[in-house]
Amino acid sequence: MDSIIVADKLNFYYQNEGEAPQRVLKDLSIQIAPGEFVAVLGHNGSGKSTLAKHFNAILLPQGGVCYVNGIDTRQEDKLFEIRQQVGMVFQNPDNQIVATIVEEDVAFALENMGVEPSEIRRRVDEALRSVGMYEFREHAPHQLSGGQKQRVAIAGIIAMRPRCIVLDEPTAMLDPRGRQEVMRTIRRLNTEFGITVVLITHYMDEAAQCDRVVVVDDGVILLDDTPKQVFSHVEELKKVGLDVPQATELIYELNREGLSLPRDIISEEECVTVLAELLSHSR
Amino acid sequence: MSTPVIQTENLSYVYSKGTPFEKTAVENVNIQIEKGAFVGVIGHTGSGKSTLIQHFNGLLAPTSGKIWIDGEDMWANPKEIRKFRFKVGLVFQYPEYQLFEETVYKDIAFGPTNMGLSQEEIDQRVREAAGFVGLTEEQMAKSPFELSGGQKRRVAIAGVLAMRPEVLILDEPTAGLDPRGRELILGQIQEYHRRNGNTILLVSHSMEDVAKYAQKALVMNDSRVFMYDDVDKVFAHAGEIEQMGLSVPQITRIFLRLAQLGYPVSSDVYTIEQAKAQLMTLLKKGERPNA
Repeated sequence: MDSIIVADKLNFYYQNEGEAPQRVLKDLSIQIAPGEFVAVLGHNGSGKSTLAKHFNAILLPQGGVCYVNGIDTRQEDKLFEIRQQVGMVFQNPDNQIVATIVEEDVAFALENMGVEPSEIRRRVDEALRSVGMYEFREHAPHQLSGGQKQRVAIAGIIAMRPRCIVLDEPTAMLDPRGRQEVMRTIRRLNTEFGITVVLITHYMDEAAQCDRVVVVDDGVILLDDTPKQVFSHVEELKKVGLDVPQATELIYELNREGLSLPRDIISEEECVTVLAELLSHSR
Repeated sequence: MSTPVIQTENLSYVYSKGTPFEKTAVENVNIQIEKGAFVGVIGHTGSGKSTLIQHFNGLLAPTSGKIWIDGEDMWANPKEIRKFRFKVGLVFQYPEYQLFEETVYKDIAFGPTNMGLSQEEIDQRVREAAGFVGLTEEQMAKSPFELSGGQKRRVAIAGVLAMRPEVLILDEPTAGLDPRGRELILGQIQEYHRRNGNTILLVSHSMEDVAKYAQKALVMNDSRVFMYDDVDKVFAHAGEIEQMGLSVPQITRIFLRLAQLGYPVSSDVYTIEQAKAQLMTLLKKGERPNA
């Protein structure tokens, strides 16, 4: 099988006591190929986090099947293998760090996996270098900024040598600098190490940097395409409580005023180029 | 000029003073915040902004320097500090983790009850605050833990609104919410400000949000106030602000770039509406000679 993740007609329900079960995923199917950099968008409650939790068997399908690297996630004896293939990073860095020294934290999973000490040393150093935190290896996590902590959490996953990382709003609690650091790190893992990235985010500018954007709404996939294609659906996105990058919105608004500018502008540079041309014609 | 609602003089705060971990978090802050202002507070993690706002309702006492609320020296009599906590309401980050009562109603009523108000007054305030943040009668009887994340956060905000603070400080009230949730909460705060004219301090990492909702911006950098001025004047310093690890709205960067390229646009554009209006005016001017 080529895809690293295959979800086939996934169904999932949350059950609150005394209430009817709530169907969160509705026959949802998706395939993610090795080396892809995919953003998943959707408003709170759309089902996107529930979907992501199927990708490393935190949740198991209640209908349909989810395969990770060809393994059916319902195979309990393969859980270890699945989690080693697909690592997950969460929103709050403080909830993910367990040790009192950075390098010990990165080594935590490896120790549990029974990796040789010399190999652990090698992998921890490598992982910390890959996220740009090697110089901080002997620091205490509480001395680090949010962005740095998130990078340590990512290093802990990288040290397991996964094929895929799933990040659930990793920058939600960070300031702009921390967000940039984390985004740069994730991109580097993807381009230099070929790690597949699934990034769940509420930031449209982050999604615009990915290769593929999947929009989840009400338990189904609404849009699944390149960022340029997805963000050209301004009205549809707004209808489901999402947004578009400001560059996209400005061009959209100008087009509503009767101009006919390209509809697939998603970056600052593209927007500047289009506006510069527009203004020089009007001179 | 009327008395500023918050005023500080050489306010400094040092954590763990006298230990090897001593760290100055706020240094020599002199600021006057006008009554009724809607202020966006920005600064990177560790810039001192959270430490500063905790002084505004007396959670922290300055290591040195002074602070006045409505012209009254806050620490003149430390026993009376409670009075200032009712005057200045602070909504923390992730306030939904602080809900604890059996029902939404009781949770919102907690603050006003502690103020020693009559039952009637409490009831009126709870309903008003709940109405502001869009909670329904049905939700009031529920346990706060049955609600969604965004709803819980609105309950927590209502709990502070119900105390009718003169100054409302919100520390990243939209962290982790989706765009619609962000707009909903900020829109409600804006409406609250418009109707009651209270002073609002909104701590945010989102420059787009500060640009959209605030009139003034307070920028903290390295424990000091870098700037306190009207939003457009602050964002005109885009270069310096970005160097501090903050960012200006994407639209501001686009207009700065156009200005650098020699196009006759102003560099203090910070919302989509302004950008659109300016471009349309320029285009119309351009059309005339050809017409």
